[in-house]
Amino acid sequence: MKFAVIQFPGSNCDQDCLRAINGLDGLSAEYVWHKETTLASFDAMVLPGGFAYGDYLRCGAIARFSPIMNEVVRAAKEGQLILGTCNGFQVLCEAGLLPGALVRNRGLRFVCDMVNLRIEVADSAFTHDCAQGTILRMPIAHGEGCYFADPETLRELNGNGQVMMRYCDVTGATTPESNPNGSIENIAGICNRDGNVFGLMPHPDRASDVRLGSADGAKIFLSMAETILAGRARAAA
Amino acid sequence: MPTADPAITPEIVEEHGLTPEEFARIKKILGREPNFTELGIFSVMWSEHCSYKNSRRELKKFPTSGPNILVKAGEENAGVVDIGDGWAIAFKIESHNHPSAIEPFQGAATGVGGIIRDIFTMGARPEFCLNSLRFGPITDPCSSRRVGGTSATAEDRRSQIATNRRLFLGVVSGIAHYGNCIGVPTIGGEIYFDESFEGNPLINVFCLGILRHEQLARGAARGVGNPVFYVGAETGRDGLAGAAFASRELTEESREDRPAVQVGDPFKEKLLLEACLELLATNAVAGIQDMGAAGLTCSTCETASRGGSGVEIDLSKVPKREPGMTPYEVLLSESQERMLIIAKRGKENILREIFAKWDVPCAEIGRVTDDGMMRVRDNGSVAAEIPAKPLAEEAPLYEREARRLTTESTQDTEVFKKIPVPSTSSVVESLKLLLADPTIASKNWVYRQYDHTVRTGAVVKPGSDAAVFYIREANKILAATTDCNSLYCAIDPREGGRIAVAEAARNLTCSGARPLAVTDNLNFGNPYKPENFWQLREAVEGMAEACRVFGTPVTGGNVSLYNESPAGVVDPTPTVAMVGLINEEKHITTQWFKNEGDVIILVGSPASDCSYNLGASRFLKVCFGKKIGPVPKLDIELEIAVQNAVRDLIRLGFVRSAHDCSEGGLAVAVTESCFNPDRLLGADIDLSACSGRRAGGEQDKTAGETPGSTAQMACAILFSEAQSRIVISCDPKNAGRVLSELKSNNVPHAQIGSVIRDDLRISVCDQKLNWQIAELHDLWWNAIRRAVESDSEPIPSL
Repeated sequence: MKFAVIQFPGSNCDQDCLRAINGLDGLSAEYVWHKETTLASFDAMVLPGGFAYGDYLRCGAIARFSPIMNEVVRAAKEGQLILGTCNGFQVLCEAGLLPGALVRNRGLRFVCDMVNLRIEVADSAFTHDCAQGTILRMPIAHGEGCYFADPETLRELNGNGQVMMRYCDVTGATTPESNPNGSIENIAGICNRDGNVFGLMPHPDRASDVRLGSADGAKIFLSMAETILAGRARAAA
Repeated sequence: MPTADPAITPEIVEEHGLTPEEFARIKKILGREPNFTELGIFSVMWSEHCSYKNSRRELKKFPTSGPNILVKAGEENAGVVDIGDGWAIAFKIESHNHPSAIEPFQGAATGVGGIIRDIFTMGARPEFCLNSLRFGPITDPCSSRRVGGTSATAEDRRSQIATNRRLFLGVVSGIAHYGNCIGVPTIGGEIYFDESFEGNPLINVFCLGILRHEQLARGAARGVGNPVFYVGAETGRDGLAGAAFASRELTEESREDRPAVQVGDPFKEKLLLEACLELLATNAVAGIQDMGAAGLTCSTCETASRGGSGVEIDLSKVPKREPGMTPYEVLLSESQERMLIIAKRGKENILREIFAKWDVPCAEIGRVTDDGMMRVRDNGSVAAEIPAKPLAEEAPLYEREARRLTTESTQDTEVFKKIPVPSTSSVVESLKLLLADPTIASKNWVYRQYDHTVRTGAVVKPGSDAAVFYIREANKILAATTDCNSLYCAIDPREGGRIAVAEAARNLTCSGARPLAVTDNLNFGNPYKPENFWQLREAVEGMAEACRVFGTPVTGGNVSLYNESPAGVVDPTPTVAMVGLINEEKHITTQWFKNEGDVIILVGSPASDCSYNLGASRFLKVCFGKKIGPVPKLDIELEIAVQNAVRDLIRLGFVRSAHDCSEGGLAVAVTESCFNPDRLLGADIDLSACSGRRAGGEQDKTAGETPGSTAQMACAILFSEAQSRIVISCDPKNAGRVLSELKSNNVPHAQIGSVIRDDLRISVCDQKLNWQIAELHDLWWNAIRRAVESDSEPIPSL
C-alpha cells in the first residue's frame, strides 16, 4: 500500500505525513517532488500542510499550477484517493477538485490548538473506521482555515453527504465557541461528489501519537488503506 | 568603480562609529588609508555586534568546555553538544532588539530567520524555537510609575501603553509569521513586562537543531582554488549596516534608521534550508557560512579567517535586487535568506543541481586564495582589499570602566515599612492581582498564534516549566527553557545572574531532565557608561560561577548592548537558555497536579527555616509598584541538593507533578499547579507549621501579634521568592517513601497539603484563606487577551 506525499516548495508537514503513514502497519509513503509528472506507482496521495509557494497571492493559488497537479487532477478523475490536509485542502480547493474556499480566520490571527471533530459521514472512503457522531481530536494550525461556500454549494454539500466533519465541543455539539476559525456551519472537512477527494483543515499527521494527546489521525489513513484493499478485492473478483 | 564615494574625513570616520584610535589601527593593518568601502567593512566588523569588543574579556569568564561539547563557543555559528548514539544538537540564542523597536513585525520575523539560519549552517535540521521577550507594560495597574523616572500625565501613560501594545502585538505576529511559515515550531519561552523596556523591547530567539556527528558543517574557507558560491535571495539595499545600527543607543531619531531593518521572507528561507541540508548530505561542501549581521562582508572574511586562507569575490556576479548598488552597499547589505558556500572543486554541479531543484538563486562569485586577503572586485577593479584575519579577529578589545550602581535596597524586616499594612482581604486580593499580572499570567494568547505542533515533537504543551520535545529521528527527548529575572538583575546583577542559571536548571529538573549546556543572551545598556558595564561584569561573573557548579558550559550566544531609549536603560537581562536531556519517556514531568487526593510536598526550605523576605518580589512590584531589594539569596549547594532530590524522585517514578517557585512565590506556584489543562483542580494547603518565625525576624508568634503583622507574615510566606524550592505532588501511597527519601538525603522539605477539587484553601498564620479555582484560572488565563483585545487597535499584519 503505497502513499505519495507531494512536496511543494514551502510544504512543511511533508515529513510529519510521511512519518505518520510509515508508522502504520502495512502502509508506506514516499515523497513526490512537485516538478514530477507521474504518480503511476502510487495507490493514494496526500497533499500535506505548509505554506506552498509561501501562500503568496492566495493560499494554494500558485501550487495548483505545479506540474504534478495535472497528475493529481487525472488521478482524482480516475477515482484514486486523494487527501489534502491544511494547506493541502487549500490547494485542492484552488485546483477546483473541492468546492468552496478557505479564507482568513474569523479572529484574523493564526490559531494553533487541539480541536474536537464530529464525524458526519461514517461510510466514506476516509472515515469508515469511525461511526457517525464519533468525536476525533486533532490539532489545527492555520491562519486561513475559515471554510466558506455559497448557499447553493452548501445545500449540495449537505444533500450529498459531502460534509465529512465539523468542529464541535466535547459533547459533539457544533457550537460557535467550538468553531475555531469561523467556518460556515462549523465545517472542518469536505469531500468531492464522488467521495474520493477529501480535504480538511485539521492535521491527522499530527494526531499520530498518544504522546501528542491523540492518535485519532491514524483512523483516516487506515480507512484509506481499507478502501483501497476493498477496491482491489472487488477488481480481483 | 563608482567614484561617488565620499572622501575619508574625521567626520566620516566618526559617523561609522569608529574612534580615532581604531582608525589609526585600521591604517596600520592596511598600511594605508582605507577607502570608503573598506571603512564601511571595518565599521561593521568592529561593531560591538560583530566583534564583542567591549564584552569579549568578560565572556572569557564563562566555562566553555565539557565532555559533551563538540563545537565550543566562538568557534562557529552555534555550539554543538553530543547527546549520544552519534547524535548531536546545535543551538543558540540571538537578539533582534533594535530592529524590533523600530519595526516590530519585520524586526522579530528576521530575528527568527537569522537564528534558524545559524542552526542549519551547522548542518543541523532546526527542530524548535523558544523566545524570551521583554516589553513595556500593556496594562495600566503595573504602569503606575517608572522607577527612577519622572511622573507622566495620564494621557502620556495611555499613549505609552498603546505603544507598548503595538510593539507586543507586532513582535508576536512577526514571530508567528516567520516561524509558522518555515515550519519550525515555537514551543516555549518567557515574556516579561516592565517600564524599563519601554521604547527598547528585548527580542531574544533561541533555536535548536539536530544532526549526526558526521554531518557537522564548518564555516571555514579551505582548499585554495575552491569556488565560492553565493546562494539564496538577491541582495538589496535593506538592512544596510544593521550591525552598526544595533551597536548604538536608540534615540528619537532612530526611526530614520528604518532602512537598517531587514525584511524577511520565510518561504525563501524554507527553500534555502532544504537546499542546504540536501547539499550538506552530499560530500560537495568545504565550508558554509550564513550571511547574517554584516552580510557578505562578515561571511567572506570570517570563513577566510577560520580557514587560514584568503577569499576573493567579484561583486558584479552577486545576484542583486536592484541596479546601481555601490560596492559599499552590496557588502554591507543585510538582506535576509542568503548563504556563502565554499564548494569542493569539481563538485560544483552537485551544488548547482540541488539549488536548481529548489529554485534558489546560486552564483559562483569567487574562490579561495592562499594570500590571507579578503579581496573584493567589482567588474575588474579592486573595491576592497583587507587582510582577513586582522579584520575578523583583531578588533580592539576594551576593558571598560565599571562603577557600582547603588539601588534602593533595604533590610528584610524593613520592607513592610515601605508599603501599607496588609489585611486578610488584601492578602486574598494580592494573589488575584499577581495571577492577572501579564508577566505571571498564562501566555496562551501568544502561543496559540505560534505553530507549536508541527514536526510532531512537542510532547508537553507550552505553559509548563520547560518545553519538552521528542526528536523522532534521533529518538531523544530534550527539555529547554529560557530564564532571567530582570528585576533581580537590576538590583543585584551578580545574584540575578546566578539565579538565572539556577532557575533554568530548576525548570529543566522539574520536567525530568538533566541539564546539559547553556547559550546566553546578554542584554545590557551602553558599555561606555560605567554603571552599565559594572552590571554586565557582575552578571557574567554570577552566571559563570553558577554554570560551573551546575556543570553546564556556555556554548555561545549573543551580546546586545546599547539597549537604551530616551527614557533610560533597560533592566539588565542576561537571558539564560538551557538545554537538558530526559533519559526515558516516563520521566517527562509537567507542573500540573494530576489527581485529587495526591499529596503536595514542598521540596526546599520551608518558611520556618529561613528568613523569608519579600525583596525584589513580583508581589512588591505588582501590588505596590516597588522595585526594591534585597534580591533573594541563592544557596547554590542547597539548590543542587533540591534539584538532585527531585530528579531522583522523578526517576524513581514517585513524582506526578513538579513546579518551581519563582515569580509570585509559593502561592503562585501552588495555584499554577492547579491549572491542569485537561481539568482544573484545587489544593488544600496548610502552612501553619511554617509560621513559627516571623519573616526576617526571630520573634515568637505569640508575642504581641497584631492582625496587621499576621497578615504581613502571611504575605512573606505566600509571596516571597526565596530560591531553591519546588512544589511536587505524589500518590498518597508513595508519600511516605518520598518523605523518607528526602529526609535521608538531608534535603529540607515539608508536606504542605493535598490536591482537592475546585477550591484553593491556604491556612497560614492562623488565617484561613479561600479562593475559587475557576475564578483564579479565568484571571490568569485571560489577562493578556483582556489587555490587548479590549480596545480597537488595528491588528498588525503584512
